[in-house]
Amino acid sequence: MDNESNKHWLYRKKNLPTLWGIQIAILVLAVLPEFFVHHHPHFEQQGIGIDATWGFFAWYGFLTCTAMVVGAKLLGIFLKRKDTYYDD
Amino acid sequence: MTEMLGSILLPPGLVLIIGAFLLPLVEGKLRAALVLTLPLLTLALVWLIPDGNHVQIAFLDYSLQPVNSTAEGRLFATIFSIMAFAGGLYALKTATLTELSAAFAYAGSAIGVTFAGDLITLFIFWEMMALGSTMVLWANTAANPKAYKASIRYLLVHLLGGVVLMSGIVAYVFETGSTAFTAMQADSVATWLILAGFLVNAGAPPLSAWIADAYPEASPSGMVFLSAFTTKTAVFVLLVGFAGTEILIYIGLYMVFYGIIYALLENDMRRILAYSIVNQVGFMVTAIGIGSEMALNGAAAHAFAHIIYKALLLMSAGSVLLMTSKRKCTELGGLFQSMPVTAINGIVGALAISAFPFTSGFVTKSLETSAAAYEGLVFVWFMLLAASAGVFLHAGIKFPWFVFFQKDSGMRPPDPAANMRWAMWLFSFLCIAIGVYPQALYSILPYAVDYQPYTVDHLVTQFQLLLFAGFAFFVLLPMMKRTLTISLDFDWFYRRFSKVVGDEFSVKTGKVFDRLEMQVRGGVTGFIQRLHRHHGPQGILARTWPSGAMVLWVAVMLVASLVLYYV
Repeated sequence: MDNESNKHWLYRKKNLPTLWGIQIAILVLAVLPEFFVHHHPHFEQQGIGIDATWGFFAWYGFLTCTAMVVGAKLLGIFLKRKDTYYDD
Repeated sequence: MTEMLGSILLPPGLVLIIGAFLLPLVEGKLRAALVLTLPLLTLALVWLIPDGNHVQIAFLDYSLQPVNSTAEGRLFATIFSIMAFAGGLYALKTATLTELSAAFAYAGSAIGVTFAGDLITLFIFWEMMALGSTMVLWANTAANPKAYKASIRYLLVHLLGGVVLMSGIVAYVFETGSTAFTAMQADSVATWLILAGFLVNAGAPPLSAWIADAYPEASPSGMVFLSAFTTKTAVFVLLVGFAGTEILIYIGLYMVFYGIIYALLENDMRRILAYSIVNQVGFMVTAIGIGSEMALNGAAAHAFAHIIYKALLLMSAGSVLLMTSKRKCTELGGLFQSMPVTAINGIVGALAISAFPFTSGFVTKSLETSAAAYEGLVFVWFMLLAASAGVFLHAGIKFPWFVFFQKDSGMRPPDPAANMRWAMWLFSFLCIAIGVYPQALYSILPYAVDYQPYTVDHLVTQFQLLLFAGFAFFVLLPMMKRTLTISLDFDWFYRRFSKVVGDEFSVKTGKVFDRLEMQVRGGVTGFIQRLHRHHGPQGILARTWPSGAMVLWVAVMLVASLVLYYV
């Protein structure tokens, strides 16, 4: 198990940069259409157009997820207990 | 013709309920055949019954309508039947007979609810569901001792919900004189109680914890059954009874984020999926609160799709549990190498729950979010959007990542038995089929659908949302490191607080009893001592009196009477 070459290629340390590279490439691909697609704001009548700005869904997805993870982490300080907590 | 049909019509759910009692009577291949054919027979019956109310049974002063066929009911009954079939297939070789029978009675009762035309029938099937599901859980006690206590807590929550619901129904019938189950307004004590009773089964706050508390203690197949019926019948009755009730929007939004946060904190893979049930039902409850035709279509369609992909996810997790006997993310990882079928199907389920394009979640969840946009609900839309990203975070990536990838646990278990693999392939196929060809599902929704999920704009924005949510997961992976913990929830009040209060109460009452006992004992002792003083051997009333004293007293009394007489 300790031998690097016996591991599945996903687990080899030297492949880690490649995996990150692939992920970044996919993300770039995902925002590329922003240069061609025109988004329609959902709430034009209320005067809100932020959802039609450049890359809104990308940064909104990233930021809200970060907020949820950090929020969960903070709540965890108060809520987490050993998993044997209820065992009598 | 319809009348003739009507005279022999029976509630489709009864096929499974009667079947539940037939299963113990047969063995081997005949039992397997029954398990697979009964749900299909039910499905056929669901579709053979034409729209309308067909059977009236007099009960006291009221009439029961157990065969009331509606578009909503048929949709839910359809997916419940399909679920019973796939669940039966998955459970065929490993489930105990008790679990199988209970699961069929449970599924049949859920279908019974979807065909209930009146509140009394609805209530009867509602309570049978509580019993059936408790039995499914209880049946796993031999394999997992924790299942017993969990099943009792589960039953208590549902009996409480049942009592609230029944009080509401009684008050409602008293007020309106009608037992019909139709759209209601939450504007009286009666309807509020009914709404609360429904919401208990939906996993609404504060009682959301029962889902993550109970379901993961069931067997691998047991949890597949449990995930499908109770919460989704609640969605069905809310949809029929309380569409457009505004408070449901906020209850639903709470459930959505509750599910995400708790799933993010969770270590047990099946508890992660249990929390994500609350999350997904939250989407449906929000849509029901919005109440437009599109939103209601969205809630119904999402319930349909959700049953399939959640069952698929739980079949995948159940296979892992069965083959490794492990449930905790901290102990799992690297399983894709030896369980490719389980991993692939788990990933399909994860993509579907995340509303990835070309899966069922994409075409059903977008109905709900678009409905919020069409109604001009800015806050709700932005919240639902964040929640959609959060689903990819907690169920879409977290579950498959920690179970099948992550650090290699070194375990190399094989894929599970063929029947379990087939059940997973069947549901994977449905996840993608609905995603690629949504028209089939759209055509059986309660209202006509005028919506095209596959626009360039929608595809681009959804990919961006999800891929960047995934990016956040990997960037924040150090913060996601699993720990051997659980998270406190409202169930702390009935699992810990009430126990502490109970113990404290018994200590206090013990002291009071001690003091009371001492007082009583003191009183009795004092009484005996007094008695002894007066009547004891030396007591004034027990002494032998000399006869001289007697004569003296008689003389005194004679003198006294003489004096009284003559004076």
